[in-house]
Amino acid sequence: MEPISSEVVDLSRLQFAVTALYHFMFVPLTLGLTFMLAAMETVYVVTGRKIYKDMAQFWGKLFGINFALGVATGITMEFEFGTNWSMYSRFFGDMFGTPLAIEGLMAFFMESTFVGLMFFGWDRLSKPAHLAVTYLVALGSNLSALWILVANASMNVPQGTHFDPETMRMQFDSIVQVIFNPDAQAKFVHTSVAGYVCASMLVMGISAFYILRGRHKAFAARSFRMAALFGIISTVAVITLGDVLGRLVYEHQPTKLAAMEGVWRTTKPPYEPWLAFAIPDDAKQENDLEIGIPFVLTPLVTHSFTAPITGMKELEDQAGPRISSGIAALTALKAWRASGSASDLAAFNAHKADMGYGFLAARHAPGQDVTAIPAGQLDTVVNETKPDILPNVFVTFWAFRIMVFLSLWFFAVFAFGSYVSLKNRLERNPLLLKLCLWSIPLPILATEFGWITAEAGRQPWTVFDLLPTYLSASTHSVGYMLFSLAGFALIYSIFIAAELYLMFKFARLGPEEHGAHARHDDPGHEDGLVVALGE
Amino acid sequence: MDSYTILKFFWAAILGILFMGLGIMVGMDMGVGTLLRFVGRNDGERRTALNIIGPHWDGNQVWFILGGGAIFAAFPTLYATSFSVFYVVMILLLFSMILRPVAFEYRSKVESSRWRASWDWAFLISGAFPMFVYGAAFGNVMEGVGYHFSWTGQYYQDESFLSYLLNPFAILCGLMSVALSVYQGGAMLMLRAEEPIYGRAQRYAVWGGWTAAVLFALGGVWISRMSGYVLVSGGASGMAPDPIRGQHVARVAGGWLAHFSAHPALWIVPLGGLACMIVGPLVLRANRPALGWWIGAGSWIATIKTVGIAMFPFLMPSSTTPDQSLTIWNSCASAYGLTCMLVLAAIFVPIILSYTSWCYYVMRGKVRTADIVNDTHSY
Repeated sequence: MEPISSEVVDLSRLQFAVTALYHFMFVPLTLGLTFMLAAMETVYVVTGRKIYKDMAQFWGKLFGINFALGVATGITMEFEFGTNWSMYSRFFGDMFGTPLAIEGLMAFFMESTFVGLMFFGWDRLSKPAHLAVTYLVALGSNLSALWILVANASMNVPQGTHFDPETMRMQFDSIVQVIFNPDAQAKFVHTSVAGYVCASMLVMGISAFYILRGRHKAFAARSFRMAALFGIISTVAVITLGDVLGRLVYEHQPTKLAAMEGVWRTTKPPYEPWLAFAIPDDAKQENDLEIGIPFVLTPLVTHSFTAPITGMKELEDQAGPRISSGIAALTALKAWRASGSASDLAAFNAHKADMGYGFLAARHAPGQDVTAIPAGQLDTVVNETKPDILPNVFVTFWAFRIMVFLSLWFFAVFAFGSYVSLKNRLERNPLLLKLCLWSIPLPILATEFGWITAEAGRQPWTVFDLLPTYLSASTHSVGYMLFSLAGFALIYSIFIAAELYLMFKFARLGPEEHGAHARHDDPGHEDGLVVALGE
Repeated sequence: MDSYTILKFFWAAILGILFMGLGIMVGMDMGVGTLLRFVGRNDGERRTALNIIGPHWDGNQVWFILGGGAIFAAFPTLYATSFSVFYVVMILLLFSMILRPVAFEYRSKVESSRWRASWDWAFLISGAFPMFVYGAAFGNVMEGVGYHFSWTGQYYQDESFLSYLLNPFAILCGLMSVALSVYQGGAMLMLRAEEPIYGRAQRYAVWGGWTAAVLFALGGVWISRMSGYVLVSGGASGMAPDPIRGQHVARVAGGWLAHFSAHPALWIVPLGGLACMIVGPLVLRANRPALGWWIGAGSWIATIKTVGIAMFPFLMPSSTTPDQSLTIWNSCASAYGLTCMLVLAAIFVPIILSYTSWCYYVMRGKVRTADIVNDTHSY
């Protein structure tokens, strides 16, 4: 193997992380807003009250501004698998390309075609037909999330593929296993309902702003209540599914779980505390300043009172034999590729399960070639590779905690908001309204930290236990990477400035500008005022 | 032929159809973007032009994404390698592709003429540049690109991006692709706009078509003198999809014409394409934009098909390690993956086609400047 430069791998990771996190600022809002638009329009079609059409059109405008950036930045993600992760895409693409293609066929196409009709078709379609179009946009965007998460789950918990020495890649053998990957199912629901939380908070926060200013009262009161109720249900769902996901990580990705919870030494249930605060030190392999809640960790993670959680130090020790075996696997594989002899193949098959750990050792081998390690240096290479099996604990631990703490905050805000809204006392609670307004960016922040937990925790692998991130990147020059990073920084900064400018502009303008000409003949308007004023 | 070979061949055909669809549909939108500043002299006219493709550009761009997804799934090695080989160009292409959706959404949301003029430039760049790169990529691939694989299948590049950007044959192909897209976009504008946009679009489309014809003919002469790639041994259709080893490839002058010499009937494809590019502008001049649009589609189909016939079974030859050239047979997915994708495509492509046609039906009719300016939903 020709040596790979760490700088290029790190820059590729940086670029992917930045562009993915950026893309993910827009996706959750799209996932949630489409369903809220569909709900508003449904009420409009069923009751005929024009105020709900105004709602659908006004929030639809904000949705459109956001949707455009979601689509645009999503293209980046698809490109980067090819442009920056060439080895990954060749090694895993036989399977991994399929969910991405299905996403295009089944979801993205539908969403993008109908979104045009949703904006342009108000005067050309009958009411039920337009409503159907809005539902198809919502369905499309959520199906899109499904397939992307199916693809992501296969990197975390690989299923439905096997390594084939003939083609030197993972061969796809079961789409059923790929779709029904338990990680995919839980992740899909967790992520899409997280999107509903983001959308609810946006609608609730902007409605709160109007109520604070005494503008668009009927409109804002209705939007607020709808968002608060939608938000509380979604927050409960997001926490529940988060718990399910945690259990799956415990089962399938022990290194990620131990890092998320800061567990260095295998736990002895049931006394173990859940760490609410700690400063994990990756170098010393211990935590500073631990503040824990006793007895909580074991049942929370394992759903039992007796099961232990394997600590990171023990996981490192267990990896030692797998690394040696992986080195043997690659040595035999290379010999077989040249000789085609049955004995080389048998030797490879004996160590096949650990091949990924052999790849992991590559960066510590002389000349990055694990197949030519001098006998005397084998132990050194294995020992140097061992700490590599752990993700960055500080990042994983804190990303996870920030997400969890934020979700508890959302629960409180939505619960309080629903209660006050149902009691029609919103105008008497300016503090609540201000909290709602200021909380608008927080769910998006929480979803970002969720991604950091999932993806930083997956390290050092792109395909868990099979292909290290270090070997997955395209071998570009540092100059290429600096060029693309600078380009992304420039374009993405312009985009976010334009998007925020428009979001603020249209949110401040409010709904009256948007097809609400018939407001005064609208019977629902009076009724809405009653709702807002409490009597 | 065994069933795996048939699957591979079938997916190669789909790949070709995707390239054609991309040229025709996305090319049309990009052509309108390129022409925007020229056919529209004031804001109302430009908005009219934009709204002509307004309801459909997004769906068309999805063809582009879907094309990428299909290449990834059906030819993972080709996807992984070609995107990395053309890194700098692909990143520039990406920047153009992501400018477009934002330009559509944001341009008309602010009154300022400076704001709108900036986005109009964005349309020009994000329309012309991707079409140029699209054509240039075909040109570079025909000449062969520099890369090789290590024994583990790690890809290494052997040539700098400058050699791809400054390759004269690639520049010719890129210009031809832009010309075809101007033709297609102009025909679309004629179909759905009235004067004065109609007349201006007609003028540009006519010149686009004839420019493409000249470049296509020139390209043909160039290819006849170029070193093509020929399989010497191995690399059979039934081989395991392993690009690292298993074939010997030689470079032969005029090699890309081998299939045409062996089967002279195939000449009908490039000659038919040339005929389309010459006749199409005449049809537009006779004020038959619908027929002219279809003839433009014919030009794209013939062009891509000509490249496909010339290179078969190569997809992306390596100039530095010809033995590791990517072919249909060694860069495709497994039999299981290809079957899976085939079944899914058979289910979903008809569904996509039916709802896409329905959308066109709903949004049919001429787009008038007066309606656009008064409509709050428009771009």
